[in-house]
Amino acid sequence: MTGFVPAFEWQRVMVQPWTEDFMVSFWIVVMGFFVAATCGLVGTYLLLRRMALVGDAISHSILFGLVVAFMIFRSGGTTVMFVAAVATGLLTVGIIEFIHRQSRVKTDAAICIAFTTLFAAGVVLLSLAEMKGPVHLDAECVLYGEIAFVPLDPAVEIFGLTLGPAPVVRIAGVLVGLLVLVAVFYKELLVTSFDPALARSLGLRTGIWHYGLMAVLSIVIVSVFEAVGAILAVAMLVVPPMFAAQLSDRLPVRFVLVFLHAALSSLLGYQVSVWLNCSPAGAMVVVGALLFLLAWAVMRPRRAVLPDPTVHA
Amino acid sequence: MMKDFSTTAPPLEVHDLTVAYDRRPVLYGVDLTVPAGSLTGIIGPNGAGKSTLLKAVLGLLPLSAGWVKIFGGTLAQNARRTGYVPQRESVDWDFPVNVMDVVLMGRYGHLPPGRRPGRADREIARACLDQVQMLPLAKRQIGNLSGGQRQRVFLARALAQESDLYFMDEPFAGVDAATEAAIINLLREMKARGKTVVVVHHDLSTARDYFDRLVLLNMRLVAAGPTAEVFTPELLQKTYGGRLTILSDVVQSLGEEP
Repeated sequence: MTGFVPAFEWQRVMVQPWTEDFMVSFWIVVMGFFVAATCGLVGTYLLLRRMALVGDAISHSILFGLVVAFMIFRSGGTTVMFVAAVATGLLTVGIIEFIHRQSRVKTDAAICIAFTTLFAAGVVLLSLAEMKGPVHLDAECVLYGEIAFVPLDPAVEIFGLTLGPAPVVRIAGVLVGLLVLVAVFYKELLVTSFDPALARSLGLRTGIWHYGLMAVLSIVIVSVFEAVGAILAVAMLVVPPMFAAQLSDRLPVRFVLVFLHAALSSLLGYQVSVWLNCSPAGAMVVVGALLFLLAWAVMRPRRAVLPDPTVHA
Repeated sequence: MMKDFSTTAPPLEVHDLTVAYDRRPVLYGVDLTVPAGSLTGIIGPNGAGKSTLLKAVLGLLPLSAGWVKIFGGTLAQNARRTGYVPQRESVDWDFPVNVMDVVLMGRYGHLPPGRRPGRADREIARACLDQVQMLPLAKRQIGNLSGGQRQRVFLARALAQESDLYFMDEPFAGVDAATEAAIINLLREMKARGKTVVVVHHDLSTARDYFDRLVLLNMRLVAAGPTAEVFTPELLQKTYGGRLTILSDVVQSLGEEP
């Protein structure tokens, strides 16, 4: 065991990352926070709408869109990336609904057919594209991402002000945009999630809100893609809201808890990754899941005391 | 808001309404007019299409044929004048909102996009909660309510919509006696204020007392009209078919009365 788990040396694990490699540590932790907070915010609505699997689907099928966009435009700029993500996200959801409606295939199976097919098509196209020249996507990055490379990205400057590495600035912008949307359309998102039938009788077009949320989800996923990859993005979508759901029954409080969870899991996860010399994104998700377990264990006795009011009804 | 209903179109007019699930028709050619200020019950056996009729009228299900007019226009034109109380089981009661949040949703139709409910809306929501004796529970999480209390929250939300025409899907299903009495009082009060209420109802034994008009439905419209005219053994027999066991008590009590 001693040879397998590196010793916890205070100096190496807790001090050196912040004295010798401050900028690297700082940007990794900041990126981790933005990724988990943004995913957790949109994931809160996914969970309320019982659509966590759709997040899984889009996070994989987005590879297809990115490769196609790269083959057409030969560039990986932010605009191209976002347009490709939204198009693929809506395509995925459209295919899922088409399969579900036109056949007896249930939604869960339809989701699996749609995203695995698109992901596989993306893998095939990626191999074809690689034969023609270098592509900055590779299979490993697609699945796991590499948050450790984020500090190496060239810094973005706006009005002479150095903001930070491009992926951090991009996800920060997406987070701000998402916060504005949630603040402005809070009541529409709430009622279409809680009671779609009432929402429609109030004159809201629930389909538009559904596809709008899917478009936003696609943009969030593509923004975190290179940092954490397709699989860990799903964890980031689901774990922070699940943590928040254990601790509060109020939606605004849950948003605050999502941010708290994002901060704790990115900082603690980073320290664990230095200690164990492992992938920072993986460590952040593991720490995030442990925080969820902790919240669940702490709150469980309290929940058990409350009688289920539906039993006698 | 005073409205002269004598010159305006009826709250609900349905013509030749046909609805199909998976190309299998569940409602055929329903013609129906609901007059203003009436308290109408929709009754019929399980699978008769009672909830389907409500959902089709509200545009929640596509129509295979026919049309629906709300106050002489489309539902979209009159969304604010139309309130809806879905079945309790249609929503997730673990949703992270409290009683007040749910009642405030009734105000959403009165607010432009991007605007949140304000102080006036909260006052209205509080008054509506008071009407169903739920004001003391305004801050309670909705998961911690009994079946009857949940139904009262839905009714308070409907009241907060301040509509003229209400559709309620099985509001009496699985509620305690106190809630049942509270609901019927509320329905009568709404009628007294000139509201039109259409209720899907499953309990034949109370239908005659609760509603002044009835719609008898079994995939087709069997009869519709004032309760005294349509609540007859012949028409009930026609609606419920051979299921005499359910009917015998009701039919017997009808026969006994002068």
